[in-house]
Amino acid sequence: MNELAEAIPYLGRHHPKAARALVLGLILLAPVLAASVGNTWVRVLDAALLYVMLALGLNLVVGFAGLLDLGYIAFYAVGAYTWAFLASPHIGVHLPFWAVLPLGAAFAALAGVLLGFPVLRLRGDYLAIVTLGFGEIVRIFMGNLSVTNGPQGINMLDSLSLFGWEISRGLQVTENFKINALVLFYYAFLLFVVGSVVVIRRLQFSRIGRGWAAIRDDELAAKAIGINTRNMKLLAFAMGATFGGVSGGLFGSFQGFVSPESFTLLESIAVLTMVVFGGMGNLGGVIVGAIALSLLPEVLRHIALPLQQALFGKVLLDPEVLRMLLLSLAMIFMMLLRPAGLLPANARYARAEYLHDKQEAA
Amino acid sequence: MSITLLEAQSISKRFGGIQALAEVSLTIRKGEIYGLIGPNGAGKTSFFNVLTGAYTPDGGEFVFAGSELPTGKPHEVVARGIARTFQNIRLFREMTALENVMAGHHLRSDSTLWGILLQNRHMREEERLITERAYEMLRYVGIERFANTLSRNLSYGDQRRLEIARALATEPQLLALDEPAAGMNATETAQLRTLIETIRHDGVTVLLIEHDVKLVMGLCDRVAVLDFGKKIAEDVPAVVQRDAAVIEAYLGGGHHAH
Ligand SMILES: Nc1ncnc2c1ncn2[C@@H]1O[C@H](COP(=O)(O)OP(=O)(O)O)[C@@H](O)[C@H]1O
Ligand SMILES: [Mg+2]
Repeated sequence: MNELAEAIPYLGRHHPKAARALVLGLILLAPVLAASVGNTWVRVLDAALLYVMLALGLNLVVGFAGLLDLGYIAFYAVGAYTWAFLASPHIGVHLPFWAVLPLGAAFAALAGVLLGFPVLRLRGDYLAIVTLGFGEIVRIFMGNLSVTNGPQGINMLDSLSLFGWEISRGLQVTENFKINALVLFYYAFLLFVVGSVVVIRRLQFSRIGRGWAAIRDDELAAKAIGINTRNMKLLAFAMGATFGGVSGGLFGSFQGFVSPESFTLLESIAVLTMVVFGGMGNLGGVIVGAIALSLLPEVLRHIALPLQQALFGKVLLDPEVLRMLLLSLAMIFMMLLRPAGLLPANARYARAEYLHDKQEAA
Repeated sequence: MSITLLEAQSISKRFGGIQALAEVSLTIRKGEIYGLIGPNGAGKTSFFNVLTGAYTPDGGEFVFAGSELPTGKPHEVVARGIARTFQNIRLFREMTALENVMAGHHLRSDSTLWGILLQNRHMREEERLITERAYEMLRYVGIERFANTLSRNLSYGDQRRLEIARALATEPQLLALDEPAAGMNATETAQLRTLIETIRHDGVTVLLIEHDVKLVMGLCDRVAVLDFGKKIAEDVPAVVQRDAAVIEAYLGGGHHAH
């Protein structure tokens, strides 16, 4: 939060309190503002929050532990399919979210460890290629097994529900004032994002966070101070996957259906781009990156499609192509202008309250 | 005062056509400063790498504090009480000096994943303690004022000292230093010398690889000399200095001493 506030030009530096209030206000009021433009935009915000969670989870693996993972979306898929199996008419099981989400997280973590074992000795390019393969394998499995309904996917997933009340039905406050489901999803997802940030910060300021950073900075030296690099890497894969699994479950509940095409390599790349673009290792940066790169393509889509219709009478560039174009452009401009990301990492691994002087790192 | 701490028993290591270590045996006693010298390429760093588990030896074994050391498992060797520094400094670049030393406490701390996620009392207490100890360690090596500086922004000499602090944080019985004075000026070298003496005084045995013969001769209780992977001498400095084979190794085959 504070990192986000500080990042606001001028205001962040000169009026930190005002900046913080502004950020908080925006976060809380965003869906209401968006709803006044149109429900599509609330839906876009909801999806953005899911991307934030994904990016936060991937950042744990790539930004903290330094393990380049190009198959991250597979864990999202595991979470989503767990939801599809355990909370839909598909096999007739309807478990509540507080059972399905942890299970999805656990399966995803298991998948993370399974991926982790064979790639323990790999780094950089080799690691990227193997993880990429892993992501594709998971997607292809989901698309070809009969239990997963193949490419058709699974429909009619339960939405989030609490004490028998389903979030997708909206909330009737008074007779003529109803909070719509999309807005409710936003606040539900926001809770999960806040929870994720808390969990990640706790990990970061601990022997585990320092262990990961040590492996990232110099694996040989990490070993030489007694860090069990194998276990710490497996833990990084498992913890990162956990966030993927939880957001995957939320995605299933939100979307109402899952199919393999939501979990393509391009999605892995998109999430990685968000992490790198925002500022690998820096939570604030990662959040900004995820929001920016999930909102911008939607904005572009809403401008570019009508524009193309008007100019050429038909759609030349389809939205998915536009999205990739935008992600690539974002990366190119970042490399040129801010090679370390929008908010470069200045991640600390010791709790500020125990430091002798509160000076920032030079 | 002559309890054996480390015994290397005919350690051999080959890299392709190069015999980096040829049946090297040596004994380090508890509480001494033991020097390992020799011309460039003699196999000193290789000895460290094999000792600390970075490489597995082709033959021979190490007996440390009475029992055999595992080979090829660096983190277990550190856990047994052997810490090292590197000839080409290897710090955690994106971490502050303090965090580097805190990372060094990883081994001697035991907060679990759950403890960390729940922020239980043990975890918070341990975290406070680690921070406090890390400050003390930085003060010990004389760079406390740079606690919050990123390690990559430290001067060369301070980076070397930070590496020593990080190694000490693992609470070793034996500290192995690979050319710690390399690149230091005279003042820094003098300070380093004092530091090494303090470390020994505080009960840590020191194994020192050093190019600076003057430093080694003044500081070490005993010295072993390697040449082309073979130990050619081992004795107190005064004797080693007059050893014909040693003089030949240093002055003979185109090598030179500093
Ligand atoms: N990882 C390695 N791969 C191949 N050769 C190596 C490796 N490490 C050391 N050597 C070789 O072993 C010999 C001894 O090197 P080293 O132990 O670094 O010597 P010193 O530290 O005494 O200068 C040198 O010839 C060096 O090239
Ligand atoms: Mg060397």
